[in-house]
Amino acid sequence: MELIYEKSRKGRRGIRFDALDVPEAAFPEEFRRKDDAALPEVSEFDVVRHYTNLSRRNFGVDSHFYPLGSCTMKYNPKMAEAVAGNEGFAHLHPHLSSSAAYWPNCQGAFQLMHDLERLLAEIAGMQEVSLQPIAGAHGELTGTLLMAAYHRAKGNTHKDTIIIPDSAHGTNPASAAIAGYKVLEVPSDRDGTIHLDAFQEVLTDKVAGLMLTCPNTHGLFESDVRKIADLAHEVDALLYYDGANLNAIMGRCRPGDLGFDVMHFNLHKTFATPHGMGGPGSGPVGVGERLAPYLPGPRLKKAGDSLEIHMPAKSIGRMAAFFGNFMMAVRAYAYIRQLGSEGLTEVSNHAVLNANYIHARLKEAYQPAFSKRFMHECVFTATPQTKHGVRALDLAKALLDYDLHAPTVYFPTTVKESMMIEPTETESKETLDRFCDVMLDLAKQAEKDSAALTEAPRRMPVGRLDEVRAAKELNCAF
Amino acid sequence: MTWVPTTPEEQQEMLSVIGVKTIDDLFETIPEPLRLKQWDMPPGLSEMKTRGLMAELAGRNNRDCVSFLGGGYYDHFIPAAVDALSARGEFYTAYTPYQPECSQGTLQSIYEYQSAICRLTDMEFANASLYDGSTAVFEAAAMAVRLKRKRRVVCHESVNPRYREVLETHTANLDLDVEQGDDPTGAACVIVQNPTFHGTMRDYTELAEQCHEAGALLVVIFYPVSLGLMKTPGEMGADIAIAEGQSLGIPLNFGGPYLGILATRKAHLRRMPGRLAAATADAEGRRGFVLTLQAREQHIRRGKAMSNICSNEALCALRALIHLCLLGREGLKEAATHCHAKAEYLKSQFDASAIVNDGPTFNEFVLRLPKNAEETVTAMQARGFFAGVPLAPLDAGEPGDLLIAVTEKRTRDQLDAFARALKETAWN
Repeated sequence: MELIYEKSRKGRRGIRFDALDVPEAAFPEEFRRKDDAALPEVSEFDVVRHYTNLSRRNFGVDSHFYPLGSCTMKYNPKMAEAVAGNEGFAHLHPHLSSSAAYWPNCQGAFQLMHDLERLLAEIAGMQEVSLQPIAGAHGELTGTLLMAAYHRAKGNTHKDTIIIPDSAHGTNPASAAIAGYKVLEVPSDRDGTIHLDAFQEVLTDKVAGLMLTCPNTHGLFESDVRKIADLAHEVDALLYYDGANLNAIMGRCRPGDLGFDVMHFNLHKTFATPHGMGGPGSGPVGVGERLAPYLPGPRLKKAGDSLEIHMPAKSIGRMAAFFGNFMMAVRAYAYIRQLGSEGLTEVSNHAVLNANYIHARLKEAYQPAFSKRFMHECVFTATPQTKHGVRALDLAKALLDYDLHAPTVYFPTTVKESMMIEPTETESKETLDRFCDVMLDLAKQAEKDSAALTEAPRRMPVGRLDEVRAAKELNCAF
Repeated sequence: MTWVPTTPEEQQEMLSVIGVKTIDDLFETIPEPLRLKQWDMPPGLSEMKTRGLMAELAGRNNRDCVSFLGGGYYDHFIPAAVDALSARGEFYTAYTPYQPECSQGTLQSIYEYQSAICRLTDMEFANASLYDGSTAVFEAAAMAVRLKRKRRVVCHESVNPRYREVLETHTANLDLDVEQGDDPTGAACVIVQNPTFHGTMRDYTELAEQCHEAGALLVVIFYPVSLGLMKTPGEMGADIAIAEGQSLGIPLNFGGPYLGILATRKAHLRRMPGRLAAATADAEGRRGFVLTLQAREQHIRRGKAMSNICSNEALCALRALIHLCLLGREGLKEAATHCHAKAEYLKSQFDASAIVNDGPTFNEFVLRLPKNAEETVTAMQARGFFAGVPLAPLDAGEPGDLLIAVTEKRTRDQLDAFARALKETAWN
């Protein structure tokens, strides 16, 4: 497909402004750019047709089953988009929070954030929540900085290390490193959960914290989590909960009750923000009593009938210029209120039911990576298929030709040829059945006609692309 | 109410395929003492009730005043096509394009966005987006520290004070000296902003030369709409150009989501944070787009990645791209011309001695009122205006200093009425 720049015609216009209704003003010559910015010259209809056609070269949750493990690609209700479109939220200027003189104009927004913080805290068993972090990884960074502030205040200057299981998301070690910590990776046990002995071996007084995902990225509940928390707390190390898999446990158990001190929520996974081709997301942090004084500020507080904001004395300060991605908070609040107590529990019940159903239907044709009960996602390895010359990558590409998005492949990196399938609660049984039927068919094809799979996809706008050439030529702008 | 489609009969069928009796059986790996006994959650609501509740909350926010608020976030006109196109489910319900063959829409749009940012800034490479303008400052500083292996970061007084706060929070646990000023000696970078937070135009060409002589990088924070007219970061010799992209088709959103823009030179590319799309071809020679240089990123490099960023602001980048296409070469110039001319007109309504800026301004200026600015804005609300950002609460000015922004949306009648009301309120 042509680029929008290739459709440009000299002199063509999109939108126009009214004639200037004030006198022209001379722009100082010494500050003027030499050449105009060479933006495309296209009509509004050119733009509409171009991007409509581009959108059709995408799979999205609205159009396709999208079982990407660890990403929670569930249906995002249109209700949440409608409430976010409300001008009373979308047109609110952030500097209305910068002066107390303006606070009466944003009481609805303050109330919403205050109530959402309470709801998220209750869902996760945390004491307090800050909505500031802009994404999950930004929440991890915030949480790590909170741990650092705690240890600084306690004089724990020797604590310079954070322990992370080898199955963790790449963001965990990256966030810890960017916050200034050394990262120590501990191997998983063969059953897919954290190796308790290996953990105890590295749990020294130098450890500032431990970052865990639970259920972990193998889709398994860490049954020893309480023991791990107690051991960590004995050396004054703090426990961080990566909320990426919260969709599995709502109404069943809570990170705070499991012993976690700090966590982030992914509003874009669990709470109705669509993934937007990669973002925007939102990664609020929740904390227990140990870290509550250090939360990013400003914080909201009641003052009579209204809400005010203030910067607590021990706060680490601002992680974002204002309140983070407020419009994601709007969606999450509406979503949680509409679901309510029973609805939230039903979400996790069916997320786990659907993943176990897929596991049950595929476990004979594909090798499950672990024998324990999976929760909201199941992990297989395509190692048996490799003896026919078919890799996880080939199965992923072949699925595309059936109008099914691929599962996550090659993550977790702890499993060779891994395929991680997370169907989510919003998919119907017939969609799951169709996916399983195709997967079973592909397993047979792999044995008989592996070339058909290694040459896939054939029905997409492009075939497999030359990534080496892309990295060599670095043609990144037109 | 939920969005779970499964009927009770289907649920039973599925449980029997799994080989368990109840859904509770699937949760048996959670040790009994850790299971939730009760929580304090409200019951669910219908969509109708939820919508009503949200409308009530939105209604408690005031959006009826004519706004002169800016300070880095501006009330620009957004064409309807931006909303219509970015609301297509194929865009906004897609994930990060890790399977390129079924994500060409996303990948081509990122490539087109990167191209637009390069054309706007006169830089060579742009990434696919960062969170927002404030965190982009931290990412740029961290990038400079990686490139220069120096521990000093200099933040110029022109920089938005909120950005500086965010930078300080992010670097609190690092062995870095974040200082104010413009001396590049021994520094990894000097971070400057044009126009300044107060709206004043600055040319940093000489500072760029000083930085390069001292072995430091120059990071220029720009205002995208101003580049319809303004000398670009590239022309000034910037090594890294960053911006808050909100002014490009993104609503004010009370703080987010916004768009972090980052562009740089080829020499610095391999230390750049964030995703990058590149053109390539398939075996049949058809042009296609992929993510490239992924070894910089957390999902490959883990603890040694250039940044921890994973989710970015792709949908906001798409909005910015569509907005820039609708404006086009002439439209962006026109928007900048209108912003500048209207701000100049408003400025001319006040005595020159009340203007604090020490140079030409773009679409924003600081007025020193004889009264407290916070008291004045309260009085101005009663007359239907959000009169501007009082600077003292931001530690960015005197108690009487008011930062006033004007966009192409303000009409001459509004400007006249505003000037009259402000003079009557602050100078009577």
